[in-house]
Amino acid sequence: MEHKRLARLLAGAAIMSLVLGACSSGGGGSAAPVVSAGASAAASAEASTGASPSAASEVTCTGAGDQGTAKLMINQWVGAQANVAVAQCLLQQLGYKVETNTLAEEVAWQGFDTGEVDVILENWGHPDLEKTYITDKKVAQDDGPNGVTGIIGWYVPQWMVDKYPDITDWNNLNKYADLFKTSESGDKGQFLGSDPTFVQYDEALIANLKLNYKVVFSGSEAATITAFQEATKNQTPLIGYFYDPQWLHNEIKLVQVKLPPYTPGCDKDLKAVACDYPPYILNKIVATKFAETGGKAATFIKNFKWGNTDQNNVADLITNKSMSPEDAAKQWVTANPTVWSAWMPAQ
Amino acid sequence: MTAISLPASRRLDPVLAKRLLAAVLAAVVVLLFILFRGQWTLPHDQDFPLFKALNGVKQAVDQNRTVLDPIRIGIAALVDGFNGALAFLGWPGVLALAGGLGLIFGGVRLAILCVIGFAALGVLGLWDASMATLGLMLAAVVISLLIGIPLGIMVGRSDRLSSIVTPILDVMQIMPTFAYLAPMTLLFLIGAPSSTIATLIYAIPPAIRITSLGIRGVEKETVEAATSLGSTGWQVLSKVQLPLARRTIGIGVNQTIMMALSMVVITGLIGAPGLGRNILQALSKVDVGGAFDAGLAIVILAIVLDRLTEHAGEWMDPRFRRSDDEDPRRRRILYGAILAAIAAIVVAGHVLTKPTVFPKAVTVSFRVPVNDIVHWITGTFSGLTLAIKNVFTFAVLNPLETVLTTAPWWLVVAVVVLVAWYVSGRRASITAGVCLGIVVLLGLWNHSMQTLASVLVATLITLVLGVVVGILSARSDRLRTVLRPILDAAQTMPAFVYLIPAIALFAPSRFTAIVAAVIYAVPPVIRLVDAGIRSVSKTVLEAATACGSTERQLLWKVQLPLSRRALLVAANQGIVLVLAMVVIGGLVGAGALGYDVVTGFAQGTDFGKGLAAGTAIVLIGIMLDRITQGAGGRRRTVARAG
Repeated sequence: MEHKRLARLLAGAAIMSLVLGACSSGGGGSAAPVVSAGASAAASAEASTGASPSAASEVTCTGAGDQGTAKLMINQWVGAQANVAVAQCLLQQLGYKVETNTLAEEVAWQGFDTGEVDVILENWGHPDLEKTYITDKKVAQDDGPNGVTGIIGWYVPQWMVDKYPDITDWNNLNKYADLFKTSESGDKGQFLGSDPTFVQYDEALIANLKLNYKVVFSGSEAATITAFQEATKNQTPLIGYFYDPQWLHNEIKLVQVKLPPYTPGCDKDLKAVACDYPPYILNKIVATKFAETGGKAATFIKNFKWGNTDQNNVADLITNKSMSPEDAAKQWVTANPTVWSAWMPAQ
Repeated sequence: MTAISLPASRRLDPVLAKRLLAAVLAAVVVLLFILFRGQWTLPHDQDFPLFKALNGVKQAVDQNRTVLDPIRIGIAALVDGFNGALAFLGWPGVLALAGGLGLIFGGVRLAILCVIGFAALGVLGLWDASMATLGLMLAAVVISLLIGIPLGIMVGRSDRLSSIVTPILDVMQIMPTFAYLAPMTLLFLIGAPSSTIATLIYAIPPAIRITSLGIRGVEKETVEAATSLGSTGWQVLSKVQLPLARRTIGIGVNQTIMMALSMVVITGLIGAPGLGRNILQALSKVDVGGAFDAGLAIVILAIVLDRLTEHAGEWMDPRFRRSDDEDPRRRRILYGAILAAIAAIVVAGHVLTKPTVFPKAVTVSFRVPVNDIVHWITGTFSGLTLAIKNVFTFAVLNPLETVLTTAPWWLVVAVVVLVAWYVSGRRASITAGVCLGIVVLLGLWNHSMQTLASVLVATLITLVLGVVVGILSARSDRLRTVLRPILDAAQTMPAFVYLIPAIALFAPSRFTAIVAAVIYAVPPVIRLVDAGIRSVSKTVLEAATACGSTERQLLWKVQLPLSRRALLVAANQGIVLVLAMVVIGGLVGAGALGYDVVTGFAQGTDFGKGLAAGTAIVLIGIMLDRITQGAGGRRRTVARAG
């Protein structure tokens, strides 16, 4: 009984594999012409758009896909999705296949080592990673600014500024410490720290500015955003680490608290730091191999440069208007040909 | 009891003596606490030398990683293979295969469930992501079973091997999944191979454990009979033990698949493709509804695979075979027909459509309604929930945390060792003492005590809730039917999905982390309590009722005492699961060890601290696990003696 059963199973498996094998060769044969048909159709479509100048603004975000592959890395924030969606649209238009991967920053840099990442479109200054991957391993290189300026700082919701106008000066923060007390901060005011992936030294700042606050880490960007949304909706006090560009600024109004101004070098010793965060000129990082052999795609990435408003607009379409990144990118690309036409490599 | 305290007996009764000793010791502890409060507290040191040393390990591995490349490339090829197979089948083929397997293992109803389930993935617009998740999961499961089942068989046949492997499996199961994601990327970089190996570590223990359980479960008499008839060791294994253990091994496979599925989602954090990535992307937009869609796809996949493997296990068990009422020839024809139909559908899929693209004719998304509901709930109740959080934190959590963090460390260690000894005996107390001792050496005492306070509170809530609901569910079939899908969902829905509403309701805080842990840990506790109470035999209940017991007496005097073993297992499971959520807690404002692990994962310079924190969580887990496991054993022997 047992034997028969096993034999039958084996026979079944054998038949199955034969059938599958036959199908795969048949499928492969039939699939090939389909792909090439699709490609030629797309190519002819592109040719026709090229032929009629009036259709130049009609961007399809599709192309032949025969130029090679570009691997773009998406940081976990939406602004990075906006960067990548727009670049992906235009790279596909140029005939490239685009693979994307959403990763934490630290993890993403490792991808340069393995060839799993070609491009990071928005780097927020990671000197340790730059040293490892650019200086030591030489697997990545700086590819110039992406045109976006990153601002990091301490923020409060707008309603607090309306009610306590002098709260935007750090000198007055101790006066308001009681307002910010929570179940997590004991007898001090709570300062909401952020996602551990982000550059932050608020604990040192609070100690050095002698502020009566305790940093409570939200632990994730989503937690911080939710906290600011709730603080705005329910008019509850909140002060915390936040930044721009960020799509939340298009949804609710946050006001930055003035810290002692940044001067070059004042953040050199992170234990003694007592000044605001520096403005970050965000840059692109590409894999060395991609820069050397990436052809038109590499040129395109090198030229890619837009601004905070552009990025926030696309990010806003994605989050608050519930568009897919692809549709949002398409809409922006259609509306802003003058911006991106400068990025396209000469034919 | 009262007889004991009579002055007639000169010698002190041992039970009373033990209680007296406990009372004296408790008094001493309180006194020491009052005397030395605030001293020997080991405050947290961000720059503890050990953390830096561990960073050095990281660099060393980073420079010699190429040694591991063959493993990485091999696993990547396996994953590609599964993805290729799924892509070749396409959506018509996958639906047909799922339906065919359902038909063979369980019949028409199961087949319909499988087809509808898989179709739902496409209708949700998540076909590609679901297939990526499935491909990764299959790769991890195949490797898990290839290693796990033979190892499980060996462990089942050798007590010595069992005593070596069991503690390793304990650690693997207690270790928070986050804690080994960072080392994984260090060894195998980001992407599918790391994801597969991390999943493997998480999913292999049930395969080994349950297989060995199955082998051991075969009655001794049967094995002896086979041996006395002249069977060799191999024959005993292949003709007696394995066939009889098949059903249990089936459960092991089922559990491995379930665990692999939940882990594959988490590995989205290290670049694994699939539904996990969808959830993380939705999370960055604070889009609960979007995350819910992907979470729902995971729940559907889990339910379909669970039912499918459950029936496959029964189908494989010789004792369950329905060959008596079925003509084998008819069955052969049926299987042939199913195979032919699947093949035909696959071919048709390739001819008629592009099989990798699920048609967009019908799409359903719960994104908008879920977001609306969440918005309404958080808008309406956040005042109330914040008040609950505050009362609870100030009344329970803060005092407990203050005691643990301000007491001298040696006093805490001494108390834990004494409690472990009292509850579970000498061995457990040694283990507990060693674990806490290492925590001290790791330089994470302060954060460990903060985490311990939250874990204890979360466990307490989990147990109270789990026991109450479990009892109610055991007493009402209707409630149980209502609860089953909810519990399924709570167990398989990734925690990431419900974190945002939890934050909106309770603000980033330790209490939010406790809530998340309770949601995750309570379903198995409810199930175990329910099963324990239901397993009390009917004749006992009838006898008790015949003697005039009321419903209440029946519960307290008969059902609960008789299911004590199951209750203790439930308590143990509750603790282990709460611990698994400590790191998730770090993502919602709980700080302490959970946040240390998350930071270690995120920032290269904090790698060492993260690794140490992960280790500390494991140590606390082993400590609590040993104390409660021992309690089960001890109480049982006491009960038997009485």
